[in-house]
Amino acid sequence: MTTWQPSERALQRAAYRAGRRRRSFGVALLSTVVVAALAWWVLVTSPGWERARETFFDPAEFTDVLPGIAEGLWLNLRVWLIAGAVSLVLGLLLAIARTTTAPALFPLRAAVVGYVDIFRGVPVLLVLLLVGFGLPALRLPWLPNQAAFLGSLALVLTYSAYLSEIFRAGIESVHPSQVAAARALGLTRGQTTRRVVVPQAVRNVVPALLNMVVALQKDSGLISVLGAVDAIRVAEIAVTGSYNFTPYVAAGFLFLLVSVPLTRAVDAYNARRGWRGARGAAVGIR
Amino acid sequence: MSTRSTTAPPPSSSGSPLLRVSGLRKSFGDHVVLDDLDLEVAEHGCVVLIGASGSGKSTLLRAIDLLEEVDDGSIELRGVDLADPWVDADAARARMGMVFQAYNLFGHMSVLDNVTLAPRLVHGRDKREAEAAAVEMLTRVGLADKIRAYPDQLSGGQQQRAAIARALVNDPELLLLDEVTSALDPELVGEVLELLAELRREGMTMLIATHEMAFARDVADQVCFLHEGRVHESGTPAQVLGGPQRTRTREFLARLHA
Repeated sequence: MTTWQPSERALQRAAYRAGRRRRSFGVALLSTVVVAALAWWVLVTSPGWERARETFFDPAEFTDVLPGIAEGLWLNLRVWLIAGAVSLVLGLLLAIARTTTAPALFPLRAAVVGYVDIFRGVPVLLVLLLVGFGLPALRLPWLPNQAAFLGSLALVLTYSAYLSEIFRAGIESVHPSQVAAARALGLTRGQTTRRVVVPQAVRNVVPALLNMVVALQKDSGLISVLGAVDAIRVAEIAVTGSYNFTPYVAAGFLFLLVSVPLTRAVDAYNARRGWRGARGAAVGIR
Repeated sequence: MSTRSTTAPPPSSSGSPLLRVSGLRKSFGDHVVLDDLDLEVAEHGCVVLIGASGSGKSTLLRAIDLLEEVDDGSIELRGVDLADPWVDADAARARMGMVFQAYNLFGHMSVLDNVTLAPRLVHGRDKREAEAAAVEMLTRVGLADKIRAYPDQLSGGQQQRAAIARALVNDPELLLLDEVTSALDPELVGEVLELLAELRREGMTMLIATHEMAFARDVADQVCFLHEGRVHESGTPAQVLGGPQRTRTREFLARLHA
């Protein structure tokens, strides 16, 4: 084994690349500063800026309402975790139901298609209002009527429909040769679905599923329209009392505190599993 | 399982063959892939299918393993016509072993899990028993040290040997091999063909589609040249590969040697 001494040519190339990198960094820095300064200038020279700063960014109000909103956020987080878990399971079951072929299960397949069409096609807000105010009107004695429960139910209806479509895309992405291999071994259709198709399907769509889970974390704030005392509702109550909108900004800040690390964690997880897309393997191409 | 003789019986033995395909027809739309095809494989026999791409070799193997529905004809395994829709297809497939050109190992499972899946799910073996049999079979195909590996950590030749182990562990009555070396680098072809030759010596009944003519000459007791969905010419390797009688066969072999 000979020790490698970079050739004159290699050193020149390295120096050139280092120079280009310094230049790229300089350009990026300059453009960031220019854009940020421009945005700041537009903001502070706007006619209503003085007034807006007082009503949206009041530091005293911010620290005042933060603990109450954080308490409300705890409800959002619980709704998010429970509705998310239920939606994932239900979404997978819906997707599997759609792949069945038994004639006796035709009503099930038809029902799933209808369910997905309806809850994917109606705005989440509308589903929330209809479930939140419609179901209690039926006066079913066994149905809990807390806003948090009804709100979670509405989110599950919408999100399970979306997630089932993601799972279905995953199922369709499994190569038919995998099914042929399983059936050739004598596995039944059902065994093939459970043991070969679904495990690979789920792996294929993990990034898309995680995106929906992050989106649900934000949408958990919609349950406030039913009167559930979550972060947004607490902020709303504070705003009504003072006519200062800082509580909304505080609520937004708290949502970001959860969703940004979550998004970063999802991206990091996907990158580790090799889902870096066009920025992955192709990044070394000059 | 009956004891297998170590010497192969004479080709096209009289009496009832293990597999008898007759009048098989399969079309995809207007394209007729198998056209009134007849074929027999005797118990412990080894029939090699040769022919150009698109001559119907793969479709024939898939049809026999009930992975394609045929338009007409019969596929008799020990006298039972598997083409009849009232025959239990899952049970029939479980009696045959199939090895694919692209291996088709299950990517989300270790090699061991690939090999134990059917014994546990289809043949009712318990986990311990299935794993013991799988380890034995994997050792046999030279993968004793790859039991915990995943398919994408193996070379093509290793993957194909794992796929063969997955088929063999179920003790199939008939082994179907669909161009199992076509996707392999030339230096990996040998290890797979050696394994097949060994199975042949042990009396495994095999129906093989291949482009490896030297291998066909060594292992086959019958070579069938497929052309336009029929067995155009068949006979011993010496007859078909050494002195083909029909023009199409001669042309095909000439192109291979060109």
